[in-house]
Amino acid sequence: MIEFIQHLVNGLSLGSIYALIALGYTMVFGILQLINFAHGDVYMLGAFIGMYTSRLLHLDQNPSFGALCIALLAAMIGCAVVGFLIERIAYRPLRKSPRINLLITAVGVSLFIEFSGQLLFGADPKFFPQIFQIHQEFSYGELKINPLQMMVLLISVILMVVLQTIIYKSRWGRAMRAASFSHDLASLMGIPTDRVISFTFMLGSALAGAAGVLVGLIYPKIEPLMGVMPGLKAFVAAVLGGIGNVTGAVVGALLLGLSETFLVGYGYPTFRDALAFALLILILLFRPNGLFGSKRTDKV
Amino acid sequence: MKKFRNPLVAGLVAVAAFSLVSCAKKEVKMTSSAPTGNELLVGEVGSMTGGEATFGMSTHNGIVLAFEKVNAAGGVKGKTLKLISLDDQGKPEEAATAVTKLVTQDKVIAVLGEVASSRSLAMAPIAQQNRVPMITPSSTNPKVTEVGDFIFRVCFIDPFQGTVMAKFATETLKFKNVAILRDIKNDYSVGLANFFKETFEKSGGKITIDTSYSAGDMDFKSQLTTIRTKKPDAIFVPGYYTEVGLIARQAKELGLNVPLMGGDGWDSPKLKEIGGKAIEGSYFSNHYSEEDQSPHVQKFIAEYKAKYNIVPDGLAAMGYDAAIVLIDALNKAPEMTNTAIRDAIAHTKDFQGVTGMITLNEKRDPVKSAVVLKVADGRFKYQSTVKP
Repeated sequence: MIEFIQHLVNGLSLGSIYALIALGYTMVFGILQLINFAHGDVYMLGAFIGMYTSRLLHLDQNPSFGALCIALLAAMIGCAVVGFLIERIAYRPLRKSPRINLLITAVGVSLFIEFSGQLLFGADPKFFPQIFQIHQEFSYGELKINPLQMMVLLISVILMVVLQTIIYKSRWGRAMRAASFSHDLASLMGIPTDRVISFTFMLGSALAGAAGVLVGLIYPKIEPLMGVMPGLKAFVAAVLGGIGNVTGAVVGALLLGLSETFLVGYGYPTFRDALAFALLILILLFRPNGLFGSKRTDKV
Repeated sequence: MKKFRNPLVAGLVAVAAFSLVSCAKKEVKMTSSAPTGNELLVGEVGSMTGGEATFGMSTHNGIVLAFEKVNAAGGVKGKTLKLISLDDQGKPEEAATAVTKLVTQDKVIAVLGEVASSRSLAMAPIAQQNRVPMITPSSTNPKVTEVGDFIFRVCFIDPFQGTVMAKFATETLKFKNVAILRDIKNDYSVGLANFFKETFEKSGGKITIDTSYSAGDMDFKSQLTTIRTKKPDAIFVPGYYTEVGLIARQAKELGLNVPLMGGDGWDSPKLKEIGGKAIEGSYFSNHYSEEDQSPHVQKFIAEYKAKYNIVPDGLAAMGYDAAIVLIDALNKAPEMTNTAIRDAIAHTKDFQGVTGMITLNEKRDPVKSAVVLKVADGRFKYQSTVKP
């Protein structure tokens, strides 16, 4: 029984990491109908920005919640800038072209970041400084819970609520939804669509940056290609929950994390990555709108 | 509805395309001038970049040190040795492309590399087909030299390495129950796990669970949770340092306070960095120990430190040994033809390398001893030497 609950906890913590990345994915898709494949790489950049900031400011010598906040802030701002640049340089000139052009460009941007990352940071794995530690561990007999991972779960859920509020309650959110409905019509109504789209990208990239730092803290091995697999998994999670749907992304990610953990824990470790992609194919075949593929998203 | 379906299906195609596109070729050319009559070209393939970059770089450093020494002393038969190094980014398919370029375009007389058995196995058939001698410094999987009579190695092989750790576990550490966690994507890891299992069970030990992960994973808690229920005395993780550090950390987080054991794939300073306190108290087998006081080892360490300002790891020593075995053969070969060089390498006998005496047997594998190291106080501490 303890083993089962431990698997449950492990699955939730893994899922919450996918959720953090999936949130940005799904938001950009919800507004632009563009699968931003570079998202996983922005997440990688977030981890590296966090690492260099921590090293520069010697944050690891004095681990504290404040240190974590500084690293998070640096990574989020840095990634927002990167997101802005990606959108401005690579995607905006293609706004009027067919969607497939954008998609291919997204793959190109992703490869560009991955390989420049290898040049810039070196391809060998780096150690992410431990800038925040919680010494108190939650354990109940054999059941061990890493408080940091529970924090990530909490952060994902909070971010989900915040995003939901921004998109559906704020003026910016209304502008985002309007731009998503029709760029031309929205701009006729006086909505600065270009700025709205930039904002969306920056928000999504900032989320990825935060995810990068948190993952670096929990799995302290970072490298330029670290974004590829989690990026794809988060994409699967977003599709699973209904891409474009913020709640769906979190639920999809948690489901994916749980199913991976149980599959590996109960005897089929080799099928871990196959599972995610099998799920993707099944969802696309039978329920292309995802579990939460609501009409609401469609109307948007 | 229609609006969503198209980009998603296109996305799926792009996911598939990803794995293909990311295999772009990249090479590190250390030298560029055309060969002249006064040069002997030797090729090297290694993972200079990629997840296991320290493997490639250490080996490269070792080889360069050996080449510079012999060139400074007048070269081989009056000719300068020139190294052409290609990077394979840690990918078998890139290693195959690189070795093809070396033998067909650059016409090298011999090839040194790779560290990883998976990549040496991709290279060996090409070297064999073109009848160019290839020496792998540290691929320990037995299948590598079985490819053909042009393929050699200067390290021990996994049946021996597995035996070393199995004996160390049963005899020295008195362990009865051991769990295995192998990297299923890696020929080396799978082979080593099998040989360990065989010897360990023969010595009366019990493998309580045999499970796996894939290189590149970051979460191992599901496997470790399952392993925890079996209450093993130790976990045998014959993977590479890239994952072992994380595995050690997550095992401790789950309250699994048993030592890990592994092979020469652990040998990298990064292991201690990533694993931190969690990896302390773990054991692995290796080719050499920097604490070995033999004069030839200490001389090598001093020379290496003078050039690179760091203490060489085992892979640097293996790279150096592969290079000096080749140089010795080139000196002895009556002429610079493929078969003459091949025969000269095959006749290597009682040759003093940094990592021990090298005598190649009829299977083109050396018979030499291994050391067991323990990670303690942030260092790799020498435990014992095991003779074959």
